[in-house]
Order: sequence, then structure tokens, then C-alpha cells
Amino acid sequence: MDVAWYLVLSALLFATGAAGVLLRRSPIVILLCLELMLNAGNLALVAFSRSTGNQDGQIFALIVMVVAACEVVVGLGLIVAMFRRRLPLNVDELRNMRG
Amino acid sequence: MTATAYAWLVLMFPLLGSIVIAINFRALPGRSAGWIATAAIGLAFACSIGALIQLLAEPGDSRQLTSTLWTYAQGGGLDIKLGILVDPLSVFMCLVVTGVSTLIHLYSVSYLTSDRGFARYFSYLNFFVFSMLLLILAGNFVLLIVGWAFVGFASYALISFWYRRETATKAGMKAFVINVIGDVGLVLAAFFVFRDLGSFDFPTVFSAANQQFHTNQGVVVAICLLICVGAFAKSAQLPLHTWLPDAMEGPTPVSALIHAATMVTAGVYLIARMHPLFELAPTAADIAAFVGLATLLFAGTVALAVTDLKRIIAYSTCSQIGYMIMGVAIGAYSAGLFHLMTHAFFKALLFMAAGSVIGAMAGNQNIDRMSGFRKAMPFTSVLLLIGSFALAGFPGMSGFFSKDEILTFAANRGGMYWIFAAGGYLGAFLTAFYAFRIGFRVTRGEPCPEARALEEGHIAHGEPMNPATGEPEDTDVGFPGPEHHIAEREVPMRVAMGILGFLAIVGGLIQIPGVDNAIENFLDGTFADSRFASTAPTSGDAWLGLAVGAAISIAGIALAYYCYVARPGTTARLVERFGPVHSFLKNKWYFDEAFDSLIYRPLVGVGRFANNVFERLVVEGIVAGAVGAVRGAGVVVRGAQSGFVRAYALLLVGGFAALALYFLIVSH
Amino acid sequence: MIQIAFFFGAIGALGGAIAVVALRNPFYSVLALIVHLVALAGLFLLLHAQFVAAAQVVVYAGAVMVLYVFVAAYVGQQEEPLYEPIAGQQFLGPLLGVAIFVELSIAILGTALSSVSSRGPTIPLGFGSPSSIGNLLLEKFLIVFEGASMLLLVAAVAAIVLAGQRRGDAEEGV
Repeated sequence: MDVAWYLVLSALLFATGAAGVLLRRSPIVILLCLELMLNAGNLALVAFSRSTGNQDGQIFALIVMVVAACEVVVGLGLIVAMFRRRLPLNVDELRNMRG
Repeated sequence: MTATAYAWLVLMFPLLGSIVIAINFRALPGRSAGWIATAAIGLAFACSIGALIQLLAEPGDSRQLTSTLWTYAQGGGLDIKLGILVDPLSVFMCLVVTGVSTLIHLYSVSYLTSDRGFARYFSYLNFFVFSMLLLILAGNFVLLIVGWAFVGFASYALISFWYRRETATKAGMKAFVINVIGDVGLVLAAFFVFRDLGSFDFPTVFSAANQQFHTNQGVVVAICLLICVGAFAKSAQLPLHTWLPDAMEGPTPVSALIHAATMVTAGVYLIARMHPLFELAPTAADIAAFVGLATLLFAGTVALAVTDLKRIIAYSTCSQIGYMIMGVAIGAYSAGLFHLMTHAFFKALLFMAAGSVIGAMAGNQNIDRMSGFRKAMPFTSVLLLIGSFALAGFPGMSGFFSKDEILTFAANRGGMYWIFAAGGYLGAFLTAFYAFRIGFRVTRGEPCPEARALEEGHIAHGEPMNPATGEPEDTDVGFPGPEHHIAEREVPMRVAMGILGFLAIVGGLIQIPGVDNAIENFLDGTFADSRFASTAPTSGDAWLGLAVGAAISIAGIALAYYCYVARPGTTARLVERFGPVHSFLKNKWYFDEAFDSLIYRPLVGVGRFANNVFERLVVEGIVAGAVGAVRGAGVVVRGAQSGFVRAYALLLVGGFAALALYFLIVSH
Repeated sequence: MIQIAFFFGAIGALGGAIAVVALRNPFYSVLALIVHLVALAGLFLLLHAQFVAAAQVVVYAGAVMVLYVFVAAYVGQQEEPLYEPIAGQQFLGPLLGVAIFVELSIAILGTALSSVSSRGPTIPLGFGSPSSIGNLLLEKFLIVFEGASMLLLVAAVAAIVLAGQRRGDAEEGV
């Protein structure tokens, strides 16, 4: 099985995730789409690790998982905080950064 | 254990002591901080002896050992290690520094007992010794600079030890700033060395320098002059000497440490360490020698006029360091270092005796108010006189052999080097006179009130005040403690002074021309490649020089005896007669004032001009223009700031896509 | 055989991904992501990354997604409005997604990168196994490993600070 297949799949997943981030408005789903993008990156890392025969790429993937876990924890913490303060769970409503 | 292992231990003990005391300063009861510090330095001294024994076991031509603990940076031609160089020179310096420092620590245990900053003091003191040892043992320029800067910091901390005393903090800053000037010189020199020789390690640099530079090539002269800037700043040579007298604001044992063991000898060591470079740059070496000569004469004359007991000794140090700098610059390496050693003994002794006297005077340092301590303080008086005799170079004392060896070497090189010999003998006359200006003024004459009080059995206690300005003080932390201590009543002080007194008498006997040559033979391991090794004077010449030195020394002492003991009041008449000269000397040749009007005021003027004209017109114009431009751009960009996070994300992804497109196009 | 496995995995991963983006209920999106992650773990196995695959299933599809499920259940069903307030987003979003995919595909298949895209070398026994990954993590990448654990700690503290009950919240009756 050619490694290029995996890479193309990874690109497809990444593009899907990016489109999801741009289109969806629920913060939970945006987080999920970020997960998609990170996992697409992981797939590419593992595929490269296979094609070079070097396990360093797998370590990278594991570290990316750790970073993703951190991001999830903080992101979900934010969502819970928003919910507690009765803020609408819609990123378009959070427009305090308007210039 | 190998010599390098011992050397690492020498570094470790003071650092450990400093850290332990610093961390536990609240928990350490009574004098224990002082004893820990003393033990740390004492162990370092023991390890120095161990290193000496191990080094002597090596064959004569392989006594240069290096050791690396770890590597900081490697790559791109750069190779910086935490490495030390153990050779006869560094071991010799370690012995002097740790030996004398141990005694100074011992003395301080008593002297600062009542001070509220007792533990802080010893932490600093250990750190000071550690820094100096790091400087000495450094095996490359980088570590040397680290030690060099540490010494500067430690001196700042100790000079400003009584940090609520404004004169002390200012003196500390002055010392620090002048030291930094020296640091800059040294760092620039290291850059030059690295640029042209491609290494920081001393052995590599020296062997590469011999191949790459020819004698008096511009760059090597520049390197040596920059090194000299560093050496002069640390060793208080003209014109960077002004910090040293002010450094007397620190506690007296600190003065002893700065003057005898650490700090000021660093410049001498540096020039001796860099001797392969200096021999390639005779011009720079001669300039250094002339600066040494000028300093020794200048400081000698000032020491005739100032009235502060500690400042007299301070100028005496300037002057004696001038001898050493002159010595190592003209190639008399072992003689210069020999003088460094004997000077460490008698100068530490003089400061300790002065500290004891100042203790009896309740902190007052004015020599005009001191007299007749002969009966009140017999022990201190005797040791003060021993120190004075050694400083004056009285025949048989330690200063006698070492100073004259430098001068004989200068005379023996002939040519213009005769100037150094003649100037040195003139300086020796001044030295003998001011040494006994101290000795006779303090011990002889009618007892002053404080001496009388002491004869009756109690130490005078005045209101606490700043001896320099007379401002009232309290005795809490940041000021000197309430109690004063004198050697007569404190065993540790007596022990320290007694040992130093013994060394000041016999220290010179280890190198007598024609009899034995211990130091020169030992240091030969470092200086064997010197081109002056063969020009050392014969023992006949040396004895002739010693005879001249003896005559001059005795003449100076006799004149001092005439002026201060036989006919007291002679000097007062001289002062009346030569008022302008006296005030010129008393104001230290107006060096501080000259710096003020030549450097400080013009710089302030330039700064003011820059502030008024340049800043207002040019800088503010540019700033206003920039602000306008940014504001205009902001109006344009603000449109994009819709506040929708997803819109920003869209821009981000769009940017990413555009960038990817760019790379795709470029890569085709 | 491997091809078949790959296509099953790819379809699972892609289907899960599209479902995450397309489903309107966040709770279903979370479940779709679990499908995606499990399928991806299968692909990792095909690439001889056993340990990463196991971690993916246990840590990711297991622990992390449970967190998602809890939060999604906690905040309840909140349907997104259909109205799109940002002009052009509806149109530019998918376009950029497609653009990125095309660009990346060209990069992978049509440029110098294609030289690395092959089956890869024959790999030694134990490639990607827990023991060899463990050796790498605790020797070559020890500092990275420790840094990651520090990061996790910081993130945990941050989550407590963000989501924890505060005095101000109590007054609001939350």
C-alpha cells in the first residue's frame, strides 16, 4: 500500500476539518473539527514515519495527542464557563473583539 | 586524587559555604556562620595544598593540567567549556588566596560579631573567595570573564555591606562601574582573541598566538592593551584607581580581603597569565610597566598626605600593586608574584591591625586623632610595626626580598628599564616613610583619650556615626554593629594576626638570591617559555640591589622617626610651608574632580543637548509621523475586525492556502 | 487484503469526519468523531504503529471523547441558527477547504515529495511496539516527554481555574 494514499487521505481529512471550523458555530463542534485537523496531521506523521522507517514520527504523533488533550481540556473548560455564565453557545455572539 | 580533582574541590568548598550560609542565615546561631565560612575556606586551602603536592609529583615539563566538567557550547568553531587549568601559577595563586582568606575569615568571626548582618557578610565573603578562585583556575577566556564579573559583583556587595550608609553604597557603585569598564576591555580582548586565533582555551590560544602573530603586530598590541584595561580596573592602576580608596567604606576585613588576597591581585595575575601575549607585544607591556610606575609614585605621594588610616593603607596598596604590575610587565614574573605573596601577608596584617585600632577608636579612622596606643594595645602595636617594617622593606623582612627582586630585574634589563629601577627605589623611599607615618603616629606619642580609656580597661564607645561624614546612625542591620572589637580581647583576631605577623617576617626567606629559589623554580612550569627567563639577574647583582634597597628603606624609616617621634610637629611646619602641595596631595591629585569635569559633566551636557534639541525635533518628529501612519493604516484595517472569530479563521485559512499556492509555484 | 483494510479504514475516517461537520446536533458530532478516531486507529495499525493506535483508542476515543460526551450532555442540545451572519462565509469556507485539499494533494503527488512516498523500507521487528516507543520516550525524547507532562499539568490547572465554581458565580445562583 503506497504511503501516498495515506497522505492524500490525511489532506482530505485536514481540509474537511478546516471547512468545519469555518462553517460551524457551536464551540463544541469547532473543537471537534480542530480534533479532526490534528488527527489528520497525526496520520501524516505516522505515514511519514512508516515511509522513512524511523519511529520518531510516532513519538511526534503521541506528543500531538498530548497537546490535543490539553487543548480539549482548556476548550471544554471555556465552554463550561460560558454555559455557567449563561452566555450563548455560539461563537458569532462573542464579538467583543470587534475593532 | 589528581591535582585537577583537588582544584575542583578548591572551587567547590567556598561556593558550598556561601550557599549553605545564604540559605540557612536565619537558622545559624551565634557565630556559627562565621565558623562555617572559615572552615570552607580552610578546606579550600587544604585542597590547594593537595593540588600542590600532586602537581609537584608530576615531572617538571608536564605541569599543565586541564580538566573539563562539561561543555557549554560546541559547534560552528565555538568550543566553550567549564574547564580549569591547573599549573604552577594557578596553584600558587590558589595557595595565597585561600591561605590569606582563611585568616581574614577567622579575624572577621570576631570583628563582626555584633553586626546584624553577620551571616550575610560571611556568605558574601565566601562568594568573593569563590569568584576569585574561579578567575584564577579558569582554563579559558569565558570562564575567566565569568569569575572576573563575579569578583566585581562580590566587591560591590561587600563594599556596600552597610547598605544604609549612603557613602558606602555610593562607593560600592563606583567600584562596580569602574570594574565594568575593565570587564568591557577584557571581553573585547577575548573577542579579538577568538576572531584571530579561533579558540578561547588558554593553551590553544598561546600556542596559536606564537605561530600567528609576529612581534608587535597591531592586533596583539590591541589585545594586550584591552587586557590591560581590565587589569588596571581590577588592580586600581591609573587612571582607574579611584574606586579603591572609596572601597574603604566596607568593613575593615573586607578591605584586607580586597587588598591582600582577592580582587586587586587579579590584574597582576591576569598579566602573568597572559604573558605569552604580552611578550609578543612589548609595546603594550612597556605601557603597562609605565602605568605601574606612575601609579606607584602617585599613590606613594598621596599616602603621605591623606589622614584616614585605612585610606593611607589603600593608597599603599595601589602603590605596591604598581610594583607588581611593573614587575610582571617587564618580565619579572616570579618576582612580581613573589611580591604579590609577601604583600598579601603584610597588607592583610596591616589592615587587621588597623581594624583593631579603629575598634579601639570607636570607629574613628582619622590618623590625626590617634596616638600612643603602645601601652594600651601592645599586641596590636607590635604587629602594626611588623607590618610597617615589612611594607617598608626593612632588611630581612618579607617585603625586602620581593620588592628589590623586581627592581634588580629592571636594572638588569638595562636601557630604558633603568627608569623603572630608579622610580621603584624612589617609591621605596616614599613607602618606608608613609609606612612609619602609620606605625609611629599610632603607637608613639602621648596617648589619646581613647588609648587612655583602654589603659583603664574599657573600650571607648562613641555615638554611632558615619566616620566619613559624621552623620548619626543606629546599630541595626545595614549599619555597623554596636560593639567594637580589638585584638587584645579576641582570640581569633590574635591568632589570625599572629600567623600573618610570622609570615610577614619570614615569608621572604623562601626566595633569597643565591641561597634558595623556591618560588622561581616552582613557577618555572608556567614561565619556562618566557624569553626573559635567561635575563634574570645573577645573585651578585641581586645582593647589590638588596643593599641599595636596605639603605633606602632605613633612610625612609629614619626620616619618619625624625618627623614623628624625635621632632613631632615637623610635618605640621612642612604643611604650612608647602600648603598648595599638601592640598594637592591630600585631594589625591584631584583625580575625582578631573573625572567629574572631564567626563561626567561633558556627558551630562551632551545628554541635555540631546534631550532638548535632538529629542524634541528629530525623534518626536519621527514618532509623530509614525503614529500618523499607523493610525491611518489602522482605519483601513479596522474594517476587517468584524469580531467574528470564524471570519478571522477564514482569513487564516485563506492565508495558509495562498502561502501553499506560493510554495507550489516556487517549487516548480 | 491490506488494500481492502485501508479502504474500509479510509471510508470510516472520512465518513466520520464528514458526519462531524455535517450533523446539526453536537452530541451526534461527538459520536461521529469517535467513529472517525477508531477508524484512524485501524489505519495506524496498518502503518505498523501499534502503540499509537492503542493510545488513540484508549486515550482519545476513550478518555477524551468521554469528556466531550459529558460536556455535550451538560450544556444540552443547542441547535445552531441557520442564518449565516458573515457575508460570503457559507461560500468561501468550503471553497478554501477544497483549495487546501487540492494544493496538498499536488504537493504530495506531483512534487519532490513523491520521492518519499513509497512503500517505505522493510522495517525491523518491533517497529512501533510499546517497548521501542517507550525506549525512545524515556531516552532520546525524555525532555520532550517531561515537557508534555508539564503541559498537561498546566492545562489541568487552567481547566480548574476556568470552569471551577467561583464566589461570584455562587451569588448569581449558578
